[in-house]
Amino acid sequence: MKQGNGTVPRIGVYVCHCGTNIAGNVDVKAVVDFASKLPGVVVAREYKYMCSDPGQSLIKNDIREKNLNRVIVASCSPHLHEHTFRHATLEGGQNPYLFHMVNIREQVSWVTEDKMSATEKAKALVEAAVYRVRYHEALETKEVPVNPDVLIIGGGIAGITAALTLANAGKKVYLVERDYSIGGHMAKFDKTFPTLDCASCILTPKMTAVKDHPNIHLFTYSEILEIDGYVGNFTARILKKPRYVIEDRCIGCYVCVEHCVYKTPKFPSEFDEGLGLRKPVFIPFPQAVPLIAAIDPETCIEFKSHRCKKTCQEACRDLVGRDAIDFTQREEVVEVQVGAIIVATGFKTFDARRIPEYGYGRYPNVYTSLEIERLVNSSGPTGGEIVMRDGRKPRRVGIIHCVGSRDRNFNPWCSRVCCMYSLKLAHLVRERTGAEVYNFYIDIRTPGKGYEEFYEKLMQEGVHFIRGKVAEVTDWTITPEETGKLVIRVEDSLVGVVRRIPVDMVILSVGLEPRDDAEEVRRQLNISCSSEGWFLERHPKLAPVSTFTDGIFIAGACQGPKDIPDTVAQAGAAAAEALALIDRGSVELEPNIAVIDEQKCSGCHVCIALCPYSAIAFNEEKNVAVINEALCKGCGVCVGTCPSKAITQQLFTDEELLAEIEGVLLV
Amino acid sequence: MKKKVAFYWCASCGGCEEAVVDLAEFLLDALEQIEIVFWPVAMDFKIEDVEQLTDGEIFASFINGAVLLSDQEEVVRLLRRKSQVVVAFGSCSHQGGVPGLINTHDRQDVFDYYYHNGPTVQRNGNEMPTPTGAKAFHVALPEYYGKARPLNQVIEVDYYIPGCAPPPNVVKDALLQLLSDSPPPRGTVLAGAHSLCSECPLNETKPPEGFKIKQFVRPSQVTHIDPDTCLLMQGLPCLGPVTRSGCNALCIKGHMPCTGCFGPLDGVRDFGAAALSFLASLIDSNDEAEIQRIIDEGLPDPLGTFYMYSFPGSLLNEVLQKGRQKARAWREREETVEAQTTENQ
Repeated sequence: MKQGNGTVPRIGVYVCHCGTNIAGNVDVKAVVDFASKLPGVVVAREYKYMCSDPGQSLIKNDIREKNLNRVIVASCSPHLHEHTFRHATLEGGQNPYLFHMVNIREQVSWVTEDKMSATEKAKALVEAAVYRVRYHEALETKEVPVNPDVLIIGGGIAGITAALTLANAGKKVYLVERDYSIGGHMAKFDKTFPTLDCASCILTPKMTAVKDHPNIHLFTYSEILEIDGYVGNFTARILKKPRYVIEDRCIGCYVCVEHCVYKTPKFPSEFDEGLGLRKPVFIPFPQAVPLIAAIDPETCIEFKSHRCKKTCQEACRDLVGRDAIDFTQREEVVEVQVGAIIVATGFKTFDARRIPEYGYGRYPNVYTSLEIERLVNSSGPTGGEIVMRDGRKPRRVGIIHCVGSRDRNFNPWCSRVCCMYSLKLAHLVRERTGAEVYNFYIDIRTPGKGYEEFYEKLMQEGVHFIRGKVAEVTDWTITPEETGKLVIRVEDSLVGVVRRIPVDMVILSVGLEPRDDAEEVRRQLNISCSSEGWFLERHPKLAPVSTFTDGIFIAGACQGPKDIPDTVAQAGAAAAEALALIDRGSVELEPNIAVIDEQKCSGCHVCIALCPYSAIAFNEEKNVAVINEALCKGCGVCVGTCPSKAITQQLFTDEELLAEIEGVLLV
Repeated sequence: MKKKVAFYWCASCGGCEEAVVDLAEFLLDALEQIEIVFWPVAMDFKIEDVEQLTDGEIFASFINGAVLLSDQEEVVRLLRRKSQVVVAFGSCSHQGGVPGLINTHDRQDVFDYYYHNGPTVQRNGNEMPTPTGAKAFHVALPEYYGKARPLNQVIEVDYYIPGCAPPPNVVKDALLQLLSDSPPPRGTVLAGAHSLCSECPLNETKPPEGFKIKQFVRPSQVTHIDPDTCLLMQGLPCLGPVTRSGCNALCIKGHMPCTGCFGPLDGVRDFGAAALSFLASLIDSNDEAEIQRIIDEGLPDPLGTFYMYSFPGSLLNEVLQKGRQKARAWREREETVEAQTTENQ
């Protein structure tokens, strides 16, 4: 074995039982006995929970009493407790980077069936660490100040909540919303379950508060182009798309809309899910924030032929005196510096066309739940009256649950909100139309405060519940009573018969899905996605709003399907995490970065363009490449590439890696 | 007293001998200080003359070529014993060189090609060389071991003079350093300490923000090479970034990309791997199919490109030899089993 970096290594090895997580499948005592005989090992111990206080004290005491200068803990994943043990090493009086962690839980006991081979594998990994640590050197962390401003991506209820929490704490917030107005999906709802309070009554005050808050800078109809930097010091480039209305001048008076050359609305309104119509110049909905008109260049005559009389512009100028309409407006890129980012980009609903058996898009009286939300909304296209596309009021309505969810052909997950919103819609439809309402469900899932009670209430109201996955919605009728209706064919699994239920209107309770551009956002932010496409939290239980990228937090349904109370709670948590980061004032940067030996650098330029973080620059004077320590993320690309071996990566030097390989092969 | 010096060649092309002659007048100056005691290619000394010297009597032996045959091994071992300093001279001796590419074929393949299958071979019978040789002439042929080795795999080497062949300025500097009162530490490669880019006149044509490569081309595929732009940026697989400097960018000045004859810089374990690693990183694509196309079209001979001079000393060679050993052992075991089965029947 090679000597290492000069100092005679005095190594302490600690093997954790992790209750039975490790000890159940690894002979911990055998690993300790083995480790105690390895060269340089002064002490080897086992303990039930190394991460506990007494476990950490073992390390601290041994460093003091036995003069340890290297510490190895064989336990769980470094993600979980590397920090814990580095801290214990520091408290014991040694540099924290003289510690090394071996993962014998995720990488051994949980994945190896045979106890004997698990024990052998644990030994090999411990030996690798013993060989490796002698090359460890004391490293210093670097402190950099944290920019106190926060960027929030997405202006739904999650983004709004987080923005207000941070702004009320005196922090400057940039809130970026892709759409013309903030509010997200919640702004489209009429009532919220289970209390049935009016969605706009509780949301609109918050939206207005965002607009009026001196600490919030709102970017609507804007998108994130690029995010650069690192925790505490991000730079975001925001693309402000042209709405052809000067925001500062518009007062939302609707005069331009009234004076549009189109006398009546002609184009489907996006906000109303296409059920209502709008003009080319429009305000998406009456409570929009900001309450500013926008012109859609796809439908506006001026943009199509340049021959419009531009009566809207004239009206704005002459009748209101604001002259807010500007057909020459161009997109604009704004750059902001922030210390933390909260991602609250939400979800999209499942495209019901993907299940052709349910007839969405084929039968006009098959609706998605989101369309019904607009129909029952008092500010919706029908003023809250539930009428079908042919103008009739439905007398029998079927609500099909789990559309696209809990289905191995589509999405395997439960979308969590559909049961409850289906019940809510059932109640509202029944209340407004007096129709017979049938719910077709696989299971009713109502875990939540007051949710089960709401379900109970609906059953007493006389809403029908049929347990079974709907096979088909068809207009092929058999009996006279079915004539002119849609027939829902379903196997009633409680009775054990196939039933045909004729209805006037079908509501498809579509599930929740990650947004189409989730992958792109993930890449921009350098965070992770689960295989389904939801943004991945750092720990499902203990760090639910943090990501694996420091300084970036997630909130709301972009992390997974959730209802409004959960979303709001998570948004608050994300805001609190961001606050904790900002108020610390500075962050320590891990020293696992690449360093260039100027003596060895040949100035060949090869590393520069390869750095994914643009952390390498060229110093013409010295003819060497230079790494910006603050930007370096320690990915190792330049280290592997450097043809002159001038770049090394701290904590992952060639010596350390080769020693580790040597150790692992020796067992 | 003049210092005694020996020159010897193993498996080489003769270019390294030429490199000594290329020293021209300097050689005459040097002869004031040195005395040549052995130089088969130019002077009439015999092995016996070397054998008669006392151990360590020779100041320095300059040995070029890879060690391929048994007689070469014998002579270099003799020279090692008689010399204070052994210098591996030129790429073949330093890293295995072009003859080292023979290691990609096993011994039998080599013989079959040379004596039977080669396109210029006239087939008369089954004549094959054997170590005992052609008895009629009372000479013994040296044995081919089945692989070429750089000098330091056979004897201890004190210094290396790189290059295929080493250019006169490098040889001259090396001689002066060796003859000086404070010679460099043993093991030193007597050339530049940085990569070729550091002395390449085209290095400053690289943009400060770095560069990537969309397409590789071979010199024979391009009709025009821009003499004022880094060759690598033009897609020519120039190994300058990974190759030791010292030649003053001779090939580049002749508008040809560096093929890496000076070998790797200190600390690089495997030249070809380092070359492959840096060149592959520069490919400007994240699409696997496109990357494959770029490689297929522009780098049709990766072994010849990346390991032209360094194969016998490479990790790849080690893997190959070990694999071959295992295969041989496996084959022998199979054969024994087969023989036993036949016997039993």
